[in-house]
Amino acid sequence: MLTVLLILIPLVAGLITFGLKGSGPKAMGLIASLASLAVTLGALFQFRTAPASLQFSANWIPQLGAQFSVGLDGMGLMLCLLTAISFLLIFIVIFNRDYERANNFYGLMLLSQAGLVGVFTAYDALLFYVFWELALIPVYFLCSLWGGEKRIPVTFKFFVYTFAGSLLMLIGLIYIYLQTPEHSFSYASFTSGSVAPQDQSWLFWLFFVAFAIKMPVFPFHTWQPDTYEQSPTPVTMVLSGIMVKMGLFGVVRWLLPVLPKGAYMWSDVAIVLSIIGIIYASCIAIVQSDIKRLIAYSSIAHIGLMSAAIFTNNEQSLQGLMVQMFNHGINIIGLWIIVEIIQNRLKIKNLNEMGGIAQYAPGIAIFLVTISFANIALPLTNGFIGEFLMFSGLFQYNVWFMAVAGLGVILGAVYTLNMVQKVIFGQSNQLTETTTDLKGNELLVLSIIVVIILVLGVYPKPMLELVSSTTELVNKVY
Amino acid sequence: MNALISTALSGVVMMFAGLFVSNKQRIKYIAIFVLLVCLAANLAELSTIGAGERTFYGMITVSHFSILFNAIALGATLIFFLLSGSAFENVGEHVSDYFALIFFILSGITLASTFSSLLMLFLAIEIISIPQYILAGADKKTPKSSEASLKYFLMGSFSTGILLMGITLIYGATGTFNVADLGLGAGKVNTLALCGIILLAFALSFKVSAAPFHFWTPDVYDGSPTVFTSFMATVVKAGGFIAFIRIFHGAFIGERITADWQLLLAIITAATLIIGNFTAVFQQSVKRMLAYSSIAQAGFMLLAVVSINTHATQGIILYAAAYSVATIGIFAVMIKLKDYTFDGFNGLARTQPVLAVTTTIFVCSLAGIPLTAGFFAKYFVLTAAVEQGNLLWLVIVAVICAAISAYYYFRVIIAMYFKQGEAETAPISGGFKLMLIITAAIVILLGIFPGLLLQFI
Repeated sequence: MLTVLLILIPLVAGLITFGLKGSGPKAMGLIASLASLAVTLGALFQFRTAPASLQFSANWIPQLGAQFSVGLDGMGLMLCLLTAISFLLIFIVIFNRDYERANNFYGLMLLSQAGLVGVFTAYDALLFYVFWELALIPVYFLCSLWGGEKRIPVTFKFFVYTFAGSLLMLIGLIYIYLQTPEHSFSYASFTSGSVAPQDQSWLFWLFFVAFAIKMPVFPFHTWQPDTYEQSPTPVTMVLSGIMVKMGLFGVVRWLLPVLPKGAYMWSDVAIVLSIIGIIYASCIAIVQSDIKRLIAYSSIAHIGLMSAAIFTNNEQSLQGLMVQMFNHGINIIGLWIIVEIIQNRLKIKNLNEMGGIAQYAPGIAIFLVTISFANIALPLTNGFIGEFLMFSGLFQYNVWFMAVAGLGVILGAVYTLNMVQKVIFGQSNQLTETTTDLKGNELLVLSIIVVIILVLGVYPKPMLELVSSTTELVNKVY
Repeated sequence: MNALISTALSGVVMMFAGLFVSNKQRIKYIAIFVLLVCLAANLAELSTIGAGERTFYGMITVSHFSILFNAIALGATLIFFLLSGSAFENVGEHVSDYFALIFFILSGITLASTFSSLLMLFLAIEIISIPQYILAGADKKTPKSSEASLKYFLMGSFSTGILLMGITLIYGATGTFNVADLGLGAGKVNTLALCGIILLAFALSFKVSAAPFHFWTPDVYDGSPTVFTSFMATVVKAGGFIAFIRIFHGAFIGERITADWQLLLAIITAATLIIGNFTAVFQQSVKRMLAYSSIAQAGFMLLAVVSINTHATQGIILYAAAYSVATIGIFAVMIKLKDYTFDGFNGLARTQPVLAVTTTIFVCSLAGIPLTAGFFAKYFVLTAAVEQGNLLWLVIVAVICAAISAYYYFRVIIAMYFKQGEAETAPISGGFKLMLIITAAIVILLGIFPGLLLQFI
């Protein structure tokens, strides 16, 4: 029942928030995200003692054999935890900001949280599809209503892109559904291996394109930098911190076990595309002068490594992927928070106009440096362990792939440190001299993030244990 | 049978109501009351047919399927009356006549869902068509309306001729009008009958505005008074599809003969999807966009006609309901607007939030977004086509078209929410808003539990 509660809390809170006025929406957002976090922690506890009690199933559409079936395994729980933490952090950071029509803003944010949790918990293919689409709609409205100048065409492109991908996946789902002996959408019958190998070969692409657009993997990434740039920063945090994980999650939960032979056949192609993405996005990130676009491209590069790791077919890289899914979410949200803070103070996005902030706001500088180190996977930060495991898995799969992908780390250091240098060091100018240092809520949020970064960097064992059930399971299917 | 009799009688009642009742508001209430009686009479028949079906004189067969479809058609008309019934007054003086004509169309639709003889099929199509010619030209003051009427009449009667020719050929080949006795599926394919089937396919494609027989649709839908377009594009079109699917799935199925028309219909379907969706992208008027959208949606419904399985039958029922309700809703909102272009919707979210939210739900349903009825409607027809096996190419075309359709449907949402402007509307009553909310609730309810409808088949 806790699982259902996890979906219901943001859903109900979101619907209520539409009707609130004044500071009601803010309070509601905080309360709902705190409640979500509490329930997630409860589920975490229950997962250790009685994991079966997290499964819930009820009849939905008997004519189709579709069930409202939700549950949590290690991976689902990890992503729900990431969602709960992220939304809480986001709501704390924006507590001082006043958005126009705040009730709609907070309502849509909470609805997107409900959709995301639904995706991570669905154990029925049709339910998964419904949540997959539902997570998209609120984000579309959030970007279009509160975004930058070019928001309407940009988010429209984003919407049509992902909608087209989803529809391809829908055909794949229908096809597999018709192949299952009892005509059912349940996870068990989807993974029972009823799809013929020659079908798996083309079905793979229907699913992979849908997931690749969401992640995004080269060459399906073109919507992403524009959307990240134009969206309001809290929404960018949701997009880059959590929504891209939907694509990775989809591959691990709904592609590898359902179409193992298809994944095996095309793993080389998928990895090559991912690695091209790493190098390509890193190179573009180096020459970006817009800080939001720089982080957007850096996200493509990181996701590229994760998507390559999925297809290497060994347990180590999957463990790395799991850890990195969580850590990437935390780190990139940390970066966006700093961008949000700088943008809020100085109203600029161009790196060349910044500089010298360290003298006037040492707090910002310390946190930016720490989070940037985590972003380039320095040892003792949380980014290290995940990337190390993934590279090691990639190395076992193919040395050359690993060597090329490894360039991404060097390039990553180039653009990240370059950004740090341009933002906080160097000559200050009239504008940056006015920068004020962190305030209470910002300090709180960034401290939480840095604590997570350091703790998981030194002692990642609890995280590895949490996801071990999933990584072992995936390894069996090949 | 009950539905047929009650709707025909209701038409007569409405004609005379015009003589004795001069208050137009009251005429609307009479029409709503009479329609409720028809709906009740239709549902009452469920008890008389029991589990099976009942045939009347070899001409009409009433089954669960037909009663369910009649209920959907009558229910959608009820929503139409409640939402847009008052707009009849703006068209012309003879409000009761319009209601009478709509009841006659409904009796044609109930005949289309129950015929078991080719003669009855012909009658059904004619009874549906002729009142429409009059409704299209109801606004006598605007030349566009008369043009629409004349165009529709000329093209319509031409296609009727083709329909009749097809029926004659089939009769010549088999010696019977009775659908159950045609026996076309067994043995060798009769060339004469095949010609008849193809002519029938063309004529019915014309009636449901499938490409390349769709050219009348945009002009007629655009020229007709908007209230009547709303009815013609939805309930009437669904009626055409029910005739289509019943005759083709009921009589033309067989080892060899299915393949002979299936490919032809598959090509018609693909053409309809592509032409409908691509042309809708370029429209500047929402009314014209909806005309092309109705062609595009017809393409999706044709998927159900091409695929022969239970998913197709379930799909056509859901699609008829989802599409009719959503489109009637959008038209009802549009009638209240001063300007029918996309720009006319600019800023509606600020001036009329309820209208904007409900329109968003209707538009999402048409685009096939989950949790709206339109998603499961699309889901079922796509499943039917995938299950067919040899039509995967058509499914891919359909899915690409569905993605394109999001483009022009979302333009309405963009105009309402993201563009600056002051959308001018006629005064909006609380009752109208309430009715819109109820209609949107139906769309969402069917989108979460499509089983509510399907359990009756």
